[in-house]
Amino acid sequence: MAERSPGTRRTLWFVLSLVFAFLYIPIAVLVALSFNEGGLPTAWSGFSLKWYASLAGNSAILSAALNTLIVALVSTAIATLLGTLLAIGIEMRRQYGKALEALIFAPMIIPDIVLAIALLSFFSMLNLTMGLHTIILAHVVFNLAFVCSVVRARLKSFDWSIVEASADLGASALTTFRRVTLPVIAPAVIAGALLAFTLSVDEFIIAFFTAGAGRASTTLPMQIYAMIRFGITPEINALATIVMAVSITALTLSQRLNRGIIGQ
Amino acid sequence: MAPALAWLAALMVVPCALVLALAFFRRGIYGGIEYTFTLENFGLVFDPLYAGIFLNSARIAGTATLIAVVIGYAAAYAISAAPRRWQPVFLFFAVLPFWSNYLIRTYAWIVLLNREGLITQLLRWFGYTGEPPSMLYTEGAVIAGLVYNYLPFVILACYAPLSRLNPELAEASRDLGASAATTFRRVVLPLTVPGIAAGAVFVFVLSIGNFVTPALLGGGRFQMIGNLVYDQFLTANDWPFGAALAMALIAIMLLVLTAQALAANRASGHVTQAGGNTDG
Amino acid sequence: MSEPRTLLAIDHVSKNFGRVTAVDGISLDIRENEFFALLGPSGCGKTTLLRMLAGFETPNDGRILLDGRDIAKTPPNKRPVNLMFQSYALFPHMSVRANVSYGLEMERLPAAEIRSRVDAILATTELVPFADRKPEQLSGGQKQRVALARALVKRPRLLLLDEPLGALDKKLRGAMQLELKRLQHEVGITFVIVTHDQEESLVMADRMAVLKDGRLLQCDTPHAIYEHPADRFVADFIGVMNFVPGQAAADGVVATNGARISGKVPATLSPGASAVASVRPERIRLFPSVETANRITGTVDALAYHGLDLQLHVRTPLSPKPFLVRVTADAADRRPVSSGDQVELGWDAADVRIFAE
Repeated sequence: MAERSPGTRRTLWFVLSLVFAFLYIPIAVLVALSFNEGGLPTAWSGFSLKWYASLAGNSAILSAALNTLIVALVSTAIATLLGTLLAIGIEMRRQYGKALEALIFAPMIIPDIVLAIALLSFFSMLNLTMGLHTIILAHVVFNLAFVCSVVRARLKSFDWSIVEASADLGASALTTFRRVTLPVIAPAVIAGALLAFTLSVDEFIIAFFTAGAGRASTTLPMQIYAMIRFGITPEINALATIVMAVSITALTLSQRLNRGIIGQ
Repeated sequence: MAPALAWLAALMVVPCALVLALAFFRRGIYGGIEYTFTLENFGLVFDPLYAGIFLNSARIAGTATLIAVVIGYAAAYAISAAPRRWQPVFLFFAVLPFWSNYLIRTYAWIVLLNREGLITQLLRWFGYTGEPPSMLYTEGAVIAGLVYNYLPFVILACYAPLSRLNPELAEASRDLGASAATTFRRVVLPLTVPGIAAGAVFVFVLSIGNFVTPALLGGGRFQMIGNLVYDQFLTANDWPFGAALAMALIAIMLLVLTAQALAANRASGHVTQAGGNTDG
Repeated sequence: MSEPRTLLAIDHVSKNFGRVTAVDGISLDIRENEFFALLGPSGCGKTTLLRMLAGFETPNDGRILLDGRDIAKTPPNKRPVNLMFQSYALFPHMSVRANVSYGLEMERLPAAEIRSRVDAILATTELVPFADRKPEQLSGGQKQRVALARALVKRPRLLLLDEPLGALDKKLRGAMQLELKRLQHEVGITFVIVTHDQEESLVMADRMAVLKDGRLLQCDTPHAIYEHPADRFVADFIGVMNFVPGQAAADGVVATNGARISGKVPATLSPGASAVASVRPERIRLFPSVETANRITGTVDALAYHGLDLQLHVRTPLSPKPFLVRVTADAADRRPVSSGDQVELGWDAADVRIFAE
């Protein structure tokens, strides 16, 4: 409608404000409390960074953070490589089998808890010692699917005749990939990698089931879950603020690189 | 292609097949698995105690879905009605919370709903002096958490068909004599149903299998299927029954997805394109 | 001769969007039962004017009188005016029949009446075999007819058509122009069509208005506008015209090379002012056998066949652009010309129109 009555416009703005308040107030409260001297949600007692400082001295959290970083980096690297190749393979041959689509789509929609127990059963049947390596193996499963779908979205609009043009001009398949295909899809590959990294950093249930016994392979989300179960401590607020800042930055970057994952 | 497909086959297909197989075995006396074929795990799923948990989960997930769809559609409609250049900005900020850690978003609600949390503080500020209301560890808290966590996706799914809707269709309806309300009911809503369906299926599927939200916001008092599966594997040590529960969960999910696909097919080819992005 | 009744009076209507003025004080009368065209280049304000008639925009100033009643602020669903959208705006989730019934359902008519009126209009528009199809299963021409039927079935006082033939291919467009004329005659409803295609409005309209930059330049019958354009823009926009730039004199225009083009000089043009003389290609005679007031020799640059006639591009010292000359195939047979030939052109003073530059 070209013209809306002022009443309608006001209603629409009101709806938007309410929804944004609903979405952001919980997060804002958390962030604000992380800077609260007293640390209790009851009262504001002054600005302080002491909870951030106390995080820095918490060895359990630091080692969990390190574990998370290892898992996320390694699983993202593997998933980006495999997922990109898979996407190119599918789009180049244009074989969209139903089974193939289902196979790639499945990791994105299977309930986490199901994939988690499936992998737990699988690893224990093989008598594998579980640890960071099994978390990595598990994370690659869904990361690969996400990277593949992001890269495929870009390849849908890819003009394959430029690959033929490159071959026609005398380039080998490898040179064509390196100098023609890759530069065109690079933003999507990087966006997919950032998405995978974020998902991996945030993933809890699958890691929880495939980490095995012992604290050695605790990841950050597992640590956070334990802290939340234990009770509210101001340290979680600070940790939550940092984790949110990291994932939102990564996702914003990814969005900038590949307009379309979030905002299409 | 091959290595990626092999990875998926080895670490998704085989484990899932294994779970399916597990569900047909008997539980050992001291936990563990006894390799004799049985259907009793599936029978147990329909035991009133567990069937009740399924129904409970479905009710909680259904309520969360309904609320999320109503709020999400209203928000998507408001965004699609905003000036063109603001729409991507609003959409970006509507989806942004979706990308922060799920545990943390859930935890934020503990802080809010806590006996001494923000809401109690607000009530006090307005002059309330009685006992702090118990909001945390209720079914309402679980539903609020689910709605909060999945709302961004519903907004995204509903915005897609709304923004693609030719504004001249609504004008044509007005021109032919329909009021604004009739236009919404007979033109806008039917044409954006695929987005609503995509959003609803997403919220329902993720809610019914959810483990974290009932565990944290329900305080373990409100068991949902996800928690039940968790317990069978990590506490009760009855893997075959846990596997049967997981399969039942998958069956529900497939049922919902099939229903959506059928509905989308029926709503003529034209409308199916508005399915939205189901990456989540 | 009795003056036809005025159906719609547009009275000093203006509309601006922020700082942009889309329609600038336009006044027009549209008569009962006429086929009226609003013509102009894109951005001339014709679509905004149409949307104000339909009720989707409200004028900032002025009145829109339908049967003497001001409807400028009446919402679109409360006016006896219907619009056929440029995109057709057919409801994709409804069948052809449901699309056509929609407007009558809004009037809460009895089901039997809706049925018979829909049947009748589907028959008139030759859509009966497609009644149960969805819009996506129709061709462009069929969609156009559904859009037309959907608007006509409401028996509006006024039917507005926004570039109704724009989405059709050229051949179909020609057929639909005649079809629209026939339908308008048959249903006896006043049509107002918006178009940027001057040929279309010349063919279809009883009267037409030429708009530019939100202003009305001229409003008359196609013939009057073609033969006596109000200004240089209209002359150029409607049909094809040859222009000779120069300076106004007492009885014509002195071209830049000193040659004189005889013609009637408008009173508003004082001698010495910048002016253009113009003449239509079909008014120019090749190798004139009789005495003509204007005569020039030029070189044929190019020839183009247009079926029955031939168009010549002739380079002359009068203007930097070549003259366009239309010659019938008959005449061309009698005295064939080819590229590079020297030709003599002549035309009468009565066929010359002179405008301020």
